[in-house]
Amino acid sequence: MANMKTRNHIWLHLGLISFTLLAIYPVLWVLALSFSGQQSVGLIDLPQDPSFLERLRAILPVPEHWSVKNYTEVWTEQQFGRWLWNSVVISLMTTLLGVFLACTAAYAFSRFRFPGRNTGMLMFLVSQMFPGTLMLIPLFIIIVKQLELGNTYLGLVIVYATTSIPFCVWMLKGYFDTIPYDIEESALIDGASRLTIFWRIILPLAKPAIAITALFSFMTAWNEFILASVFMESEANYTAPVGLRFFVGGFSSQWGYFAAGSVIVSLPVVALFLQLQKYLISGLTAGSVK
Amino acid sequence: MASIRFDRIGKSFGETEIIKNLDFSVNDGEFMVFVGPSGCGKSTVLRMIAGLETISTGELWIGDRVVNDVHPKDRDIAMVFQSYALYPHMSVYDNIAFGLKIRKLPDADIRKRVQDAADLLGLDKLLDRKPKALSGGQRQRVALGRAIVRNPSVFLFDEPLSNLDAELRVQMRAEISKLQRRLNTTTVYVTHDQVEAMTMGQRIAVLSACDKAHPRDTNLMQCGSPMDLYDRPDNIFVARFIGTPNMNIVHARLGDDGATLSSLGGSMPVSAQFKEAAQARRGQEVMLGIRPEHIGAPHEVDWPQIQAVQGQVEMVELLGHEAILHFRVGEQIMVGRLHSHGRLPSPGDTVTMHLKCEAIHLFDPVTELRLR
Repeated sequence: MANMKTRNHIWLHLGLISFTLLAIYPVLWVLALSFSGQQSVGLIDLPQDPSFLERLRAILPVPEHWSVKNYTEVWTEQQFGRWLWNSVVISLMTTLLGVFLACTAAYAFSRFRFPGRNTGMLMFLVSQMFPGTLMLIPLFIIIVKQLELGNTYLGLVIVYATTSIPFCVWMLKGYFDTIPYDIEESALIDGASRLTIFWRIILPLAKPAIAITALFSFMTAWNEFILASVFMESEANYTAPVGLRFFVGGFSSQWGYFAAGSVIVSLPVVALFLQLQKYLISGLTAGSVK
Repeated sequence: MASIRFDRIGKSFGETEIIKNLDFSVNDGEFMVFVGPSGCGKSTVLRMIAGLETISTGELWIGDRVVNDVHPKDRDIAMVFQSYALYPHMSVYDNIAFGLKIRKLPDADIRKRVQDAADLLGLDKLLDRKPKALSGGQRQRVALGRAIVRNPSVFLFDEPLSNLDAELRVQMRAEISKLQRRLNTTTVYVTHDQVEAMTMGQRIAVLSACDKAHPRDTNLMQCGSPMDLYDRPDNIFVARFIGTPNMNIVHARLGDDGATLSSLGGSMPVSAQFKEAAQARRGQEVMLGIRPEHIGAPHEVDWPQIQAVQGQVEMVELLGHEAILHFRVGEQIMVGRLHSHGRLPSPGDTVTMHLKCEAIHLFDPVTELRLR
């Protein structure tokens, strides 16, 4: 009986380990490539007539020579630093704008009864059902042609904030709903105005949910590629994802820079995730059930 | 300090009228308890005083002004909620100080007032704690502190003790009463517990639902001192609601002479206070009400005018110092009281009990009002 259990465990773990390897293999490949100091997508130059062992070696995600050359050069010889800066500014502005608007909107949806309340919430939901690319042309017309905000930070910030707000509003409204109204009434009698209650009672209490929506807004802007590649015309205004594509598009194939850049781009998100992990669990469930 | 006056107050939600024609007042410095079963609108009335609910009709006076359209913060009231409604992210100190900070009092003044309130309530060692690190009783005290620190002219309590365990409830009941007597602030206290109402209130307003199932002119069934309500209930609703166990209410018929009352298989004299009313209703149906403590075993009671009633024991509830006897007379279940240390009858036994005739209340069977 116990034996059988152990055997099942071994099989289970073998299965899980192989799936995990399958999932992280591309990531390992990118990591290896970034530390290889070369630009080709393969890690090893195979001889004319490779043996089996040589072939096996070629698929291992380990570089032939370890080097940080790709990292240093991506900073010094390319405009990558500039692009990263663009991404940071745009993502932070998106987060600020998106979270602020989402908080105020969600508070209104949660606490006030007004005509169009249900329709409004529904419209937010419906807007999430269309793929982002479908919005490309209308957004291009509005932002670039009519508002003339093409090739600017503000243009992208507006677009990113509006795409992240619906999710944030739903998330925050769910959380606000769980904050007992008694607390607000008590503050009202204590002499606080609506605005004071919002700033000094509701927002501090909703920290977990705000952390999640901030993370979501940030990532929306940080990872987005298609809109940024269409809106940003000059190289100096590229965001990091668009810049990365620049390394391997058209006539260049600088896979080493691409890999090093990708690792750098993913680091802030990983760090944020680790930082906000505790909120992530409580925040994501907190909105759903009381 | 202020009195509160209800001038024909009404409240409707859409078509549904839930508060009708409230017309009474709470005196300056008085401890008034609103009591009634759940759904009677007592909390709504309290929230109307607080300004958390709008008033549909009538005028609400606090002190010498109509406050129908006055914002809660300008009504000079403080409210203690059933859920305590403390600010979870603030320390006890900040919870108590919040209202003062909002009103931009000088820091030194705030510190002194919070300290005084904390001393009064025994919270001085807990000022740095967050609400989640407090017990239920301590949270309740913080809620009280938040109310008294502002020194308002009216205190409002919305079932403040119902989340506490039984022992703590008795203790807090006494503390709130003591606090109110000391501060001498006009207080309105809402509860569904008639024991709380009887023990705390200087006066009690008994409210009842006022809807399609209970067509009435007003939610206010009676307003008076605890003993007033207990000894002279205005109607069957109050008679049943105040006092445990509930008052026995049975059908009876007045004799043709208007001086005797036949009920429960016997005939008994009408007490002096109902003489005139009974004369006027000779030969008519009435409702007879009598409290369980006025039904006792023959060897345990010594009342001048009694009526013996025979019945079959249904159940005996032993309470330690006394026993509650449920017995059947015909179709009617009656509740009486026995000393617990005597020999107690068992279910199925036939017992004879004595009714105290002067303690009988008479009500109109249709209007359910006390006969006058």
